[in-house]
Amino acid sequence: MYSRSLLYVMLQDEEKTVEIGGGHIKGLIKPPDQLKLTEAELKEKITRVLNTQNPHAPDNIVRWTFKVKMVYLARFINAKSLTEATNLSCVFSPQTTPVEDGGEVEEAGEEDRPDSAASKTDKKEPKITNIFNSCDRATQTLHNPPREINCQTEPPPRSSFSASANQWEIYDAYVQELQKQEKNKEKQKAAPSEKDEKSQKKMMLMETQDIDLNKVSKAAKVLERMVNLNIFDEIAQDFAYYEDPADEFKFPKGTLLPLWKVKYDQAKKLSVTALCWNNKYPDLFGVGMGSYNFCKQGSGMLLFYTYKNCSFPEYIYPTSSGVLCLDIHEERTYLVAVGFYDGSVAVYNLKTEGKEPIYKSTAKTGKHTAPVWQVCWQNDDMDSNHNFYSVSSDGRVVSWTLVKNELVFTDIIRLPVIPAETEETEPAQTPLIACGTSMDFHKQIDYLFLVGTQEGKIYKCKTYSSKILETYDAHHMRVDTVKWNHFHPKVFISCSSDWTIKMWDYTINTPVLTFDLKEPIGDIAWSPYSSTVFAAVTTDGNVHVFDLNINKYEALCQQLVVDKKKAKLTHIAFNPIHPIIIVGDDRGNVNSFKLSPNLRKKPKVRTLTSFHRSISQ
Amino acid sequence: MAQVEETLKRIEASKGVIGTILVNAEGIPIRTTLDNSTTVQYAELLCQLSMLARTTVRDIDPQNDLTFLRIRSKKHEIMVALENNYLLIVIQNPCE
Repeated sequence: MYSRSLLYVMLQDEEKTVEIGGGHIKGLIKPPDQLKLTEAELKEKITRVLNTQNPHAPDNIVRWTFKVKMVYLARFINAKSLTEATNLSCVFSPQTTPVEDGGEVEEAGEEDRPDSAASKTDKKEPKITNIFNSCDRATQTLHNPPREINCQTEPPPRSSFSASANQWEIYDAYVQELQKQEKNKEKQKAAPSEKDEKSQKKMMLMETQDIDLNKVSKAAKVLERMVNLNIFDEIAQDFAYYEDPADEFKFPKGTLLPLWKVKYDQAKKLSVTALCWNNKYPDLFGVGMGSYNFCKQGSGMLLFYTYKNCSFPEYIYPTSSGVLCLDIHEERTYLVAVGFYDGSVAVYNLKTEGKEPIYKSTAKTGKHTAPVWQVCWQNDDMDSNHNFYSVSSDGRVVSWTLVKNELVFTDIIRLPVIPAETEETEPAQTPLIACGTSMDFHKQIDYLFLVGTQEGKIYKCKTYSSKILETYDAHHMRVDTVKWNHFHPKVFISCSSDWTIKMWDYTINTPVLTFDLKEPIGDIAWSPYSSTVFAAVTTDGNVHVFDLNINKYEALCQQLVVDKKKAKLTHIAFNPIHPIIIVGDDRGNVNSFKLSPNLRKKPKVRTLTSFHRSISQ
Repeated sequence: MAQVEETLKRIEASKGVIGTILVNAEGIPIRTTLDNSTTVQYAELLCQLSMLARTTVRDIDPQNDLTFLRIRSKKHEIMVALENNYLLIVIQNPCE
């Protein structure tokens, strides 16, 4: 565009020939619609000023406004027009000679120029191409159309993982690590054997088979106790907290508050023949079931209950013969010695699985030939073997020692022969052997013990000599129970079917005190908390509690605990720690009672000063 | 194992017990005396609650662990025993 107009100006000034089309045409060519001006007008100098006004821009733009709802003349007009916009980047290049192209039509005139310019000036300056007279020729190469090639792989399998990092999870991880390390150490030490692998495989099979109930065995046991506690909640509360407020007014008499009643369905027909509390776990007690009926002798049972779960026994051991007595070892309270009606004795271990005793005496190993009435554990002998004593109607007191797998017996004493009475008319009279019916060891002196007999005599003996130290003519009938006092070293008490309870001082041959209860007495027991309190049960269903400190002649409490017609009371035992007694009857029930405060009075501990004072007075 | 079975039966037959549920380590009830919908509901809710209680106990002392959980409401008492990641749930009506 520029060059054309320039060319036209040149034509007018210089009247040169111009190359148009292909050849040179002489003379001026005036377009037909050219403005005709005079010479003077032609010479007129017209200044051309460049201004920012865009001549092409419209100046009469109208706009509609919604505000006023009319058309208005828009004055603000963008007078600038953008002609060309390029991103320029300047690159420094040294001055180069102009490139002569084999040109286009417009460039025809230029060819003269360089020649004329060069002829005019002597210097040969490199011609710098300027954008006004030079033009480039560009070609556009063919761009390959961009193509996208995608390749999608299968995404790696993902799973979401979440975990929490608590203090205890960290602790667990450490503990597991420790266990692993220990296992590795053990594996390295132990030589691997094929047998172990086989047994392990068997173990795996067993585990997968059962529904894994064993894993909740402990939980189930405690839950059962919790359920029972809820059911018998009132009883538990009474046991822990109830103190009869009427005792203040009823002084000195007391009462027994009934608590739990335990019974086992399968032992309904048996009567309670022995009761024993466990020293270590004062909620556990053992009940021996059997029968006192000479004619009807059947099987028996050994049951262990805890008052935490009074609906079902903890341990059940069925026995072939009726149990007559039982004793729980003082220190190793899982060892239980039992005496049977058929004369044998057995030792059960509560910790082992299985219902069989760990030791049992047989005819070969010296079992009694008559019912065993009492068993007592004693201290371990010098070889630290456990041993216990038993007394039976065959007149023998036998010491049994648990040596490894055997029960070794030693006869301690044979009860003396009683000469037959002269009233008998038989000429050849067989001498009667005294039948031992009860036994008790002294609480402080290990070797001293008492034996009560069928004939009503009580013998005081020592374990290491078969000599009888003393004989007491105690009762007219069979001596059911003898018991040493827990605190006083000289006093013991005996009860008998002749309706009396007699209290003795072993130095004196005659009883110190006698209580006539007018009913056959089943059992007596000293209390573990006071040397003057003891309790007795009679067959008419009464429990009598005596406190000699308060009343020497009468019972402080005489309470009917079972229906006279239905059951007879057979045994009684005091709990070593809690103020509870358990009473067994011949229906197989065991009832427990709480002693009211009046029955629990402990004797005052005499201080040294008061002792001296009492002596001086 | 028979002993545990007997114990569970005795619990179920005890006075006032409405139902028992045994839930395994994955939270699935494996033994129940209640109907299906109730069982699933109890199992799910008590699992969550016992996990929360367990984290509480263990955060305070990592060597400690939760053994039992007892929730007493107006109508029932829910007792949960935790052992080996198993849950033993007993719902009882403490007769008062």
